Amino acid sequence: MELIVNGTAETVPIRTIAELVAYKGLASGALIVELNQRIVKQEQWPQTRLQAGDRLELLSFVGGG
Amino acid sequence: MMTDDDVLQLGGACFTNRLFTGTGKFAANAQIPKMLAASGSQMITVALRRIDPQAGQGNILAYIPKEVTLLPNTSGARTAEQAVRIARIAREAGCGDFIKIEVITDMKYLMPDNWETLKATEMLAKEGFVVLPYVLPDLPLAKRLENSGAAAVMPLGSPIGTNRGLETKPLIEMLIENCTVPVVVDAGIGRPSQAAAAMEIGADAVLVNTAIATAVDPETMGRAFDLAVKAGRTAYLARLAEESSLARASSPLTGFLDD
Repeated sequence: MELIVNGTAETVPIRTIAELVAYKGLASGALIVELNQRIVKQEQWPQTRLQAGDRLELLSFVGGG
Repeated sequence: MMTDDDVLQLGGACFTNRLFTGTGKFAANAQIPKMLAASGSQMITVALRRIDPQAGQGNILAYIPKEVTLLPNTSGARTAEQAVRIARIAREAGCGDFIKIEVITDMKYLMPDNWETLKATEMLAKEGFVVLPYVLPDLPLAKRLENSGAAAVMPLGSPIGTNRGLETKPLIEMLIENCTVPVVVDAGIGRPSQAAAAMEIGADAVLVNTAIATAVDPETMGRAFDLAVKAGRTAYLARLAEESSLARASSPLTGFLDD
């Protein structure tokens, strides 16, 4: 399925947000996921199915002033 | 005289420490809790970014004690709409209602875009955020921010990260004299003496990041800034003595031995 992840088109063998996070090998603790400009809470990642063309932002807080 | 009831109120929260700090540029995240303990800072900024798979995934929030108020910034935003989006994400992610609006389009001097910042302030104040806009010190703008529901105004002393101190001092003084919301001097403060100077002229707080984070010893520098902010605040409350162009003797000018 082709998704736009952090602004880049990617073809990934996944169906849900949880699978995407696992596929990318990301630690979920600090991760914030935005799907089509809506935040999806971590407990909803396993049941949130993705569709081709979905835009995802994988974000986290970092040091800043 | 400064007492324990010298409290800064922002958005319903009370701060007894007037040094706000930032989490940027530390050599290691583990320095942050030590700096917070040494400085007593009760408010600290964080930024939101796309994850970098190459970088380590340390969670910056894990280094900030629960009793310290998070002040997410909207750095990276070039428009009011982008700032609003970042603010909403930060709140939904559990960072609370505080937001530092930082909208920058000029990448050479990192000057805040006052116009976009005003628009973002209007939108976010309506959504119940405690809005702290980072701005160039401009009195008419500050009054507009106030009327738009800003919880404070945060004028820059000099450009971000320059450590040049209060280059905008006369303009900041206009804000201090005329604003009803707190004035927090943000950006450019490079030395504790500059933080003290800002507090002496009546700033309600200062926000310091680079000067602490890039000091050889950030923990000790945090303590130095805390002392300076307290000294400056105490001096402001004590009301400074007048300046004079001519000398005014401190010792009596009569009764000399050979007179």
